[in-house]
This record gives sequence, C-alpha cells and structure tokens, in this order.
Amino acid sequence: MGNNEYGDDPVSAEQYFSFSQQLAERGVSRRDFMKFCSAMSAALALPVTFVPKIAQALDEVKRPTLVWLEYQSCTGDTEALLRAASPTVAEIVLDILSVDYAETIMTAAGHLAEANLDKVVKEEKGKYIAVVEGAIPLKDGGIYCCVGGRTAVDRATEVCGGAFATIAVGTCASFGGIPAAAPNPTGAVGVKEAVPGATVLNLPGCPLNADNLTATIVHFLLFKKLPATDSFGRPLFAYGKRIHDNCERRPHFDAGQYVEKWGDEGHRKGFCLYHMGCKGPETYHNCPTQRYNEKTGWPVGSGHGCAGCSEPMFWDRMTPLYRRLPTVPGFGIEATADKIGLGLAVGTAAIFAGHGVISAIRGEEKMEGKKREDLIHDKDRR
Amino acid sequence: MSKLVIKYVWEIPVRVTHWLNVVVILTLTATGLFIAHPLSLGDSPSDFAMGWVRFIHFVAAYVFAIGLAVRAYWSLVGNKYSSWRTFFPYLNPDDRQRMWATLRYYTFIDRRLPHVVGHNAVAAAAYFLVFLLYLGMIFTGFALYSEHAPGGFYAQTFGWLTHLFSNQTLRLLHHGFMWLILGFVIQHVYSCWLMDIKERGGIISSMFSGYKSIEEE
Ligand code: HEM
Ligand code: HEM
Ligand code: SF4
Repeated sequence: MGNNEYGDDPVSAEQYFSFSQQLAERGVSRRDFMKFCSAMSAALALPVTFVPKIAQALDEVKRPTLVWLEYQSCTGDTEALLRAASPTVAEIVLDILSVDYAETIMTAAGHLAEANLDKVVKEEKGKYIAVVEGAIPLKDGGIYCCVGGRTAVDRATEVCGGAFATIAVGTCASFGGIPAAAPNPTGAVGVKEAVPGATVLNLPGCPLNADNLTATIVHFLLFKKLPATDSFGRPLFAYGKRIHDNCERRPHFDAGQYVEKWGDEGHRKGFCLYHMGCKGPETYHNCPTQRYNEKTGWPVGSGHGCAGCSEPMFWDRMTPLYRRLPTVPGFGIEATADKIGLGLAVGTAAIFAGHGVISAIRGEEKMEGKKREDLIHDKDRR
Repeated sequence: MSKLVIKYVWEIPVRVTHWLNVVVILTLTATGLFIAHPLSLGDSPSDFAMGWVRFIHFVAAYVFAIGLAVRAYWSLVGNKYSSWRTFFPYLNPDDRQRMWATLRYYTFIDRRLPHVVGHNAVAAAAYFLVFLLYLGMIFTGFALYSEHAPGGFYAQTFGWLTHLFSNQTLRLLHHGFMWLILGFVIQHVYSCWLMDIKERGGIISSMFSGYKSIEEE
C-alpha cells in the first residue's frame, strides 16, 4: 500500500480500476455486462456502435472521486440509489467512483468526515465530481441548514465551486423542490442558484431515477464531459421528451378514453388519466421508457397521474395534483378558471340585457345632424 | 342641408378578417373547451376523437394568427378607418371628445350620439384591447403548442414564455383570455345591434358590404 488511499502516485489521485475483475468478484457475467452497456447506450440515445466503446471505457476507467453532499432533503435520492435488491452492474459502475464523502453511508463521522471532504477539495481541485442532494437555504445567512458547524451554502460554494462538475440529484437540489415550496420559510433554492459559479447538471425527479445518474456517469466516463442539457440544465437524453408524448396511455388520450373517477371502468382498463389531473402534458422526463425500480413501473403505469415532479417548483405549480388547472389566485379553492369565466360571461350578458331594456324604453333620441326626412341619398343627387 | 351619403368604409381585408375571426374564435372556443373538459367519446383506442379536436384547434389557431397578421398589415396600408391610429382615439382631441360623448350616451347621461364614419371611438379603444387579447391567445397558445417539440422552431420562438410563467400559468392565462374575449363578444354584438338601431347607418350590414350610410352636414 502506498502513502495514501489512492496509491503511490502522488500526482494522480485516481486509480486504475479493473472492472472485469470487479464483475467477476460480484458474480456478474460478461453477458450481463454487455446487456448493461447496450441499455446505457440506449438511455443515452447513442448508436449501437457505442456499446463496445462503453464496455471499453468502463474497463479502462480511472477512478474519479465523488463526494455526495446532503442538505434539505428526505434522502429519497440516496434511497433510490441504494434500493437495488441484488448487485447490479449499475451498482458496480457507481462503485467505480471513489465515494470519499457521503453523509448517509460513510463510516467516518464528525471532524474525521469533514476532514475527508476538505482533503478532496484541496487535493483534487477541478477533478472531482460533487453530487448534491437537497435544497440549500439562503435566508438569514443560510443558518437553517448547517453541517459540521458551517452553513450549507458556505460549504457548497467551496465544494461545488472547486469541482469538475456538480450533479444536482432530485428536484430539491435542482430547483429547490419541496423545501422551496411556498411560503419557502428558509429561502431554499437549488444548487445552481446557491452557487452560480458552479458547473451544475440537474437530474430532477422525486426521487431522481438512479438509471439516469448511472447513465450520466457512464457518459462522463466515456466522453470526459457532461451530456448536453436543456435550458433548465437537465440532460436531454433523460429530459428531452415530454411524458405525455411517450406515455403508454397516449392512444387512449387521442382516442378520447378517459378515467373519469378513481376505480371506474376506465381506470380498470388503463385509460388516460388526463381528467384526473395528470401533469404528463407539462412534464419532461423519461419515466415512460426508463421507469423506476428496475424498470418495473412508474406512476402513470400504475394508474396514478403524473405529478410533474421533475419540473421547477412543481409543488407550487402542479397543484392541485388531481386537477388539470391551477386554482385562480384570489378565488376560493372550488373556483376553477372556467367557472369564474362563465360567471363573467353571464354577468356581462345580464348587464347588457339591462342596458338594452333601458335603451328600448327611453324616448327617441336626436342624432347629431339633421332630421331623417331631410336626408336623401347621395346617388339620387348625382 | 345635410345629405345621406353611402360611403365605402370597410375594405375587403377588414371584413374578411372580421368574419374569419368570428368563425375561428367560435371554433377555437368550442374545441378549446373540449380540450379542457374532454368527453370520453372513444370506443376503442384506435379512435381519434381528441386527436381531431386538437387538430382542428391548431388549424384554426393558424388561421387566427394569420388573420391577425393580415389585419395588422392592413392597419398600415389600408384606408383611414382601418388605420392603426383609429384604435387610439384618446390620442387626438377630436376623437377624445367623441369618446366622451359616446360614453355619456352609453351611460344614459346624454341622448345625442356623436357623428362617426369609421369605428365608434369607445369601440375602437376596446378593439385595441381585444387585439392585445388575440396576441395573448396566440402567444400562450403557441407556447403550449411548442411543448411537444423541445428545441423546435416554436420552442425557440415561444419557449421563453414557459420559463417566465410556467406551463400551468400559461394554461390558466389561455383560459382567462378566452373568457375575456367571450365577455367582449357579448358586449360587442349587443353594442353593434344597439348602434344599428340608433345610428340607422346599417352598421351591421356594413361589416358585410363595406358600405355605411353617413349623414353629411
Ligand atoms: C380565441 C382563441 C383561442 C381560444 C378561445 C382557445 C381556447 C383554448 C382552451 C379553452 C384550451 C384548453 C386549455 C387547457 O385546459 O389545457 C386550449 C388549449 C390549447 N390551445 Fe387554444 N385557444 C385559442 C387560440 C389558440 C392559439 C392561437 C393557439 C396556437 C397554437 C392555441 C393552442 C392551444 C394549445 C397548444 C392548447 C393545449 C392543447 C393540449 O394541451 O392538448 N390556442 N385552447
Ligand atoms: C367572435 C366574435 C367577434 C369578435 C371577436 C369581433 C371583433 C371585432 C373587432 C376586433 C372589430 C374591429 C374590426 C377591425 O377594425 O378590424 C369588430 C368590428 C365590428 N364587428 Fe365584430 N366581432 C365579433 C362578432 C361580431 C358579430 C356577431 C357581429 C354582428 C352582429 C359583429 C359586428 C361588427 C361590426 C358591425 C363591426 C364594426 C363596428 C364599428 O365600427 O365599431 N361582430 N368586431
Ligand atoms: S396518462 Fe397523462 S401522460 Fe399519459 S396520455 Fe394521459 S395525460 Fe398524457
């Protein structure tokens, strides 16, 4: 063993990592590994010719360091990542990473843990990957979330600012999510807003889909850069298409077959959940194709409308979850835009009907100009 | 002595865009309300009830947008009754006075109607707001429309709205503007009917023929 945990080489904090050996140790066959590589190239929308390249990249990879910071979150994203029942290739890919700091799973604690993080930030400046889970509060100097005696925003500015890239996992880290929901008592924001200078890739979702994180890391290992993103900083391979446009219930939407009530015949037959407030038409995520829990299911597949969880501020904007439209500010909870509109139309009609009645019973008015009888057509004059 | 002149007031583009808009707005309202509250009309997944309704909405939307563009162009090159200036009566003293007179008439304060050839001054001011509502419908509509093709032409042109307001707010505005337009229409049809009777200039038929009977001093 060398003098530090990365080996003898003092310049490189990375280590060659024998992937094949890891696979063999875990009892994963080469065939399963190649299947995984195909799945990854599909997730990233790369041509099949990339499959061997992915395999090669994973085999030859140097071990990048990753630190996982957790702030205002429910740990759902960590949970999503650790959920696997049996060791999968994906897990091993994540094992490729040298995870030097992760509050939930690391053995070190207290000052020792913080020292680990300090070391990464100092010794690997610009090379390590920071993953952030949870929102960062800014109000009152950020005191509503402190780790090791330092505020989240202070620590994140240091860690994310010095990272090669930061991956914000989950909606809270991406956009503030539930901690930032109105009235946002702690002034919570996403990483990009808290640390504007950092290179941030957003992987929103409540929780994020672990497959998208794996694919992002594979992309990074393969191309040595982050995938292309949309204007919300979300990678296009995972957030480039609308749920509604990839949904397995879409034929029912176009046909006009809707669930009208929970548990009705349409619901049992798997009809479209549009009536039930599904936010698939306003949400970008690859849930219909990638799915959750080893690709077994996703909300709409299980008969519940999409909640729009991968969109900025979904808790404020996508509610009421079981209605298609938001409520109108300033009106009661039962008032929909169309009820108010109809009221407006009826009111207008009533007012002008009244006006009409008064106009009709009012005496003959005089026009500007002369009496009617004096007038003759221009044509007749000519 | 005054004479009654039959005057050519509304040129073809004004009339065509007006009646096209009437047809198209009614179509957009009907299809739009169906999109908002769809009925389960499909018997099998191969039906296309919602598909057709949305298709009609989008075709009508294009006609509507093109109609507004034509009318905007005509406000630059058309006669003075269709000029953009007519929609800002409060900017010139004569029209301002007509506007007050019309308002006094509408509120039963005065019994005399001001003399008009083109748009009634109050109506003209309202039309400008209606044109703004048209624009609101077109912008929110095309922003919603753009969402099926991120990165496409419409997303690049109108996508900023989704960022500024969020999709759900755009939908709410799309509904709100619709009801405001419908509120205007009720008022508008009533006012035209009232003026047809009171001015005796054949204002409603003028929107078909282009000719209005005008008393000249
Ligand atoms: C007077 C004009 C219009 C009226 C009254 C109207 C009305 C409506 C209504 C009531 C909805 C339902 C919204 C919802 O609940 O989601 C709707 C949807 C929509 N409208 Fe319009 N609309 C008009 C013009 C336009 C224009 C100019 C466009 C431009 C393309 C447009 C595009 C759309 C789109 C894309 C949707 C959403 C369809 C969907 O989610 O499947 N509309 N419209
Ligand atoms: C969807 C329904 C309607 C809308 C949105 C609408 C809108 C408008 C607008 C914007 C104008 C100004 C025209 C211009 O300068 O380009 C106008 C003028 C006019 N409209 Fe309509 N209209 C509607 C229905 C009708 C109907 C049903 C009638 C007939 C009863 C009518 C009669 C007229 C007349 C007579 C004028 C000229 C009035 C004047 O000089 O102020 N409109 N309308
Ligand atoms: S269930 Fe939701 S996402 Fe799927 S087609 Fe219906 S509205 Fe669209």
